[in-house]
Amino acid sequence: MANTGWDEFEIGAMLRSFDGKIDDIAGTLQEDRKYSPNNSFMASVADWRIEKPIFSKDFCIDCQFCWIYCPDMSIIARDKKMIGVDMDHCKGCGICVEVCPTNPKSLLMFPEQADEEAELAQWPAKDEKEK
Amino acid sequence: MAFDKMELRDIEVWDGNFAAAQALRQCQIDVVAAYPITPSTPIVEGYAKFLADGYVEGEFVMVESEHAAMSGCIGAAAAGGRVATATSSQGFALMVETLYQASGMRLPIVLNVVNRALAAPLNVNGDHSDMYLGRDSGWIQLDAYCPQDAYDLNFIAFRVSEDHDVRLPCMVHQDGFMTSHTAQGVKTLTDDEGYNFVGDFKPMNDMLDFEHPVTHGVQTEEDWHFEHKARQHNDLMTKVMPKIQAAFDDFEKLSGRKYNIVENYDMDDADVAVVCMGTSVETAREVATEMRAKGIKAGVVGIRVIRPFPFMQIAEALKGVKAVATLDRSAPGGTVGMLFNEIAGCLYNLDTRPMLSGKIYGLGGRDLTKKHLVDLYTELQANVDAGKITTPLQQFIGVRGPKLSFL
Repeated sequence: MANTGWDEFEIGAMLRSFDGKIDDIAGTLQEDRKYSPNNSFMASVADWRIEKPIFSKDFCIDCQFCWIYCPDMSIIARDKKMIGVDMDHCKGCGICVEVCPTNPKSLLMFPEQADEEAELAQWPAKDEKEK
Repeated sequence: MAFDKMELRDIEVWDGNFAAAQALRQCQIDVVAAYPITPSTPIVEGYAKFLADGYVEGEFVMVESEHAAMSGCIGAAAAGGRVATATSSQGFALMVETLYQASGMRLPIVLNVVNRALAAPLNVNGDHSDMYLGRDSGWIQLDAYCPQDAYDLNFIAFRVSEDHDVRLPCMVHQDGFMTSHTAQGVKTLTDDEGYNFVGDFKPMNDMLDFEHPVTHGVQTEEDWHFEHKARQHNDLMTKVMPKIQAAFDDFEKLSGRKYNIVENYDMDDADVAVVCMGTSVETAREVATEMRAKGIKAGVVGIRVIRPFPFMQIAEALKGVKAVATLDRSAPGGTVGMLFNEIAGCLYNLDTRPMLSGKIYGLGGRDLTKKHLVDLYTELQANVDAGKITTPLQQFIGVRGPKLSFL
């Protein structure tokens, strides 16, 4: 791509989303779609992130709030089950953490360099409300 | 298609606006997004009436400005429709940002520009200020001299613009009021002849092709912008003129009416010539004939295709001429007129160069009379006789007060 000359691309300020013809794209999982190299799905914006979300499945109730609220479609859910975060496209905004209703939260923000295993091992305990 | 055809007489009495509106009807425009402005209003009004009366199957989109009008046209063209609109003057000026979007996105939109002066002071009459404003925008620009041209050039415009090797938008210019509101005999095409000349619209990378999704109007920075602009310029410089010539040839076969990229009149043995555009070409032709009767070998070069600029054709037309005057109908804003500048560029590398002087005339609809042109040809002949330019290089024609000249 980077060395393509002026006469080697399609005319117009136009980019194709997929390579070739598509069929039932809404019914095709992202990992199975033939994205064009020009599609923004193929570009990582991970380096925009200063803080990252870490997901702990122990407390998740699969309410899908994070999936709905994520502005970058970076919450990966399959069969209505939350399975993780797309770290190539998450920009670290923290909205998923903000909307998570569980106690303790199933998503928390950490510095980008934090170790996931270590943070999961010391996940906060349930916050007991005072009666 | 569910619409009625219209029976036209072989010759109809139409002004330039109605002639253009009829051409839009016969080309069966899918979408017209318009914000009407004097003197171009009757073009889109005419299309809207044809639509309301069932003569067109299309969509008229009323918008809140000319910026929105061209934006609507861009969206409709990217979606994959045959698209046109019309504007003038201030409206054209407001469209300028989107003109560059249309050409950069390679969308075949046809814009009828009824040339009018630019404020201030506010003025609704014809000059070429708005036409000049569009000359770097990457559009094809065709110039009509009379209502017949305004009709015919719309068909040419769609034919060329929508060609998949071209895919560049096209303006059809006519002079405000002098052409747009002057009724003349216009030889017509039948609805079938007109439509078949432009043919069915063939979409390219259209957004309504759901099996091949595309994003239009993308951003490129220093990594890609230059290549896109280079491609666009390359296509303007190399692909458009042959397509225009082919369209002119086919149109002549269909209608008997012959158009040329540069309209030369009495140029074969001319000593003196004027280069001009719009309605002035017809006046100059009449005067040139009269000057010939007086023994001055006068000729006229009318520019039919303004962009891409017919550099080589103009050099060819003028190379044997002794004195040439360019007639610019736009205030040059602190330099020589556009035609003077561009034609000087055409002539500079020739072995024999004509003497070149530039005239500014007709601003805000001021008439260019035959007397003005008689005086001009006489002055050019005086230059020839003296062997040098006897006047300043830039002169104003027809302005009141002391004679105004520069350089």
